[in-house]
Amino acid sequence: MDLRTRWGRFRNSEAASGYLLVSPTALYAILLLAAPLGMIVLYSVFRDGYLTVIPAFTMDNYVETWSSPIYRAIMFRSLYVSMSVTLVTVLLAYPVAYFVSFHVDPSRKSLWLFLITIPFWTSYLIRVFLWKVILGYNGVINSALMSVGIIDEPLTAISYNVQAFVVTLAHAYAPFAILPIFVAMEKIDRSFLEAGQDLGESRLMTFWRVTLPLSMPGVVAATLIVFIPTIGDYVTPNLIGGGKIPMIANMIENLMLVRDDKPLGSAIAVSAMLIVTLVSLIFLFLNRRFLKGQK
Amino acid sequence: MKSSGLRIYTIAYLIFLYAPILLLPLFAFNDSKVIAFPLSGFTTNWFVEMWADAQLRNALKNSLIVASSAAILATGLGIFAARATTRFSFPGKGPILGLVMLPLVLPEMIVAMALLIVLLAIGIPLSIFTIILGHVLICTPFAIAILSSAFQSLDQSLEEAAYDLGESPLSTFRLIILPLVMPGIISSLLISFTISLDEFIIAFFLGGSETTLSVYIFGQFRFPAKVPAIMALGTILVLLSISLLASAEFFRRRGLARSGTKNTGGFL
Repeated sequence: MDLRTRWGRFRNSEAASGYLLVSPTALYAILLLAAPLGMIVLYSVFRDGYLTVIPAFTMDNYVETWSSPIYRAIMFRSLYVSMSVTLVTVLLAYPVAYFVSFHVDPSRKSLWLFLITIPFWTSYLIRVFLWKVILGYNGVINSALMSVGIIDEPLTAISYNVQAFVVTLAHAYAPFAILPIFVAMEKIDRSFLEAGQDLGESRLMTFWRVTLPLSMPGVVAATLIVFIPTIGDYVTPNLIGGGKIPMIANMIENLMLVRDDKPLGSAIAVSAMLIVTLVSLIFLFLNRRFLKGQK
Repeated sequence: MKSSGLRIYTIAYLIFLYAPILLLPLFAFNDSKVIAFPLSGFTTNWFVEMWADAQLRNALKNSLIVASSAAILATGLGIFAARATTRFSFPGKGPILGLVMLPLVLPEMIVAMALLIVLLAIGIPLSIFTIILGHVLICTPFAIAILSSAFQSLDQSLEEAAYDLGESPLSTFRLIILPLVMPGIISSLLISFTISLDEFIIAFFLGGSETTLSVYIFGQFRFPAKVPAIMALGTILVLLSISLLASAEFFRRRGLARSGTKNTGGFL
């Protein structure tokens, strides 16, 4: 009786309605996301057999991932690319977000945001390919510079290398950096800025001591949104680097499908996720004073 | 911070953002097999050649099936999650929502490989269906983000008034809530459709022998002679995306106007 009333009370409670409503979405994510990710973790400590995976516990895959100079070099390259992309993207995006938030008439803000997001909705593959056309050996920049007569032979420093990855990815992730910073800036109470200037601060000092710290939550979000997916980018190394300069995603693909070593591929995937999580947590820790009082 | 300097900088940045897209029509109408300057002449042959390719038409058909299924399923799941999280509070809401939103930051390669391993292990053959499964996963976070703001701007007293007037929860949802969030639902459908249409990695690895439009494009890049036709295809896709996006924005604004809130910005 007691149990039944308690169950009845739970069934009519707010929590039960919430669980019931969220359950289809949650179940889908558990079955098709959490379970597969769990499977990758499991595979990473199994042994590789010919065309199969032998369920016997081993740490060999991790030992190989972390000791092999090739995998280490690819990890470092991926980290270098995604960190450079993040730095470039966020630094370039900040003034744009600042301009739209503080200097654009409120009624025209959504038009500006619309203009910023349009290029982002065109085929990612074609955009990456077009950067190859722009930066390539006989690409737009080289042929323009040569026809003007600034250079005699094509610059190789801009084509088919890691710098070209950074430019391409900084372009691809631009809206992901601008929007969070813009949203954080929109939340800043404009009277704080007036207060700062009334108390005798210069415009620059007001920016430094009021606007910048208050927009930091947006900068932190932008950094993470750009940093985490770029480390696993597959298309850019493939199309721009011609497959000769692999990053983690290309390595994982090669191990999983070409060499059919799923345990080693899983170990690299898990290691990559761990590195990303660790770097993100360190970054959040360094910025903890800006994030205080945030929900 | 001088306003004019910032304006010039922002415009320069926009030029950087638009540079690749502006090149697209140039090469689509350029009468040369080589994608390089100087341009040689005007032609519309690449559009004809593009449309004559049966592989392309098949890929387009697959893409439309995948994108519309993924959009409907993701929006459906998004409605459940957005309604649950904006209307009710329950323990574990954060972690559940965190898991559902995870694909937003997880590299797609890891999502694709994790799904692939499971599908191979249970022996489900790769097909359009498996692409849809993956695409729903990555579209749902976007659907939830859009729908949450639609559900959040609902006035709860309208719903209570309906109950007081004798409506059941289900009829209240159908008669009151659904019409009010309809613009959000439509823009979620359009955004999910666009994301699925453009998605490459999941479609590439989970599609087996079936190709979608993006997989087809990727394959064509290996043949330099095919590239001008891809530029033509890209030009059409850009126009299509812009019109889809403009209509999504139109419905979102109408929704905001209907629920009486102020327009505060973009989709995300």
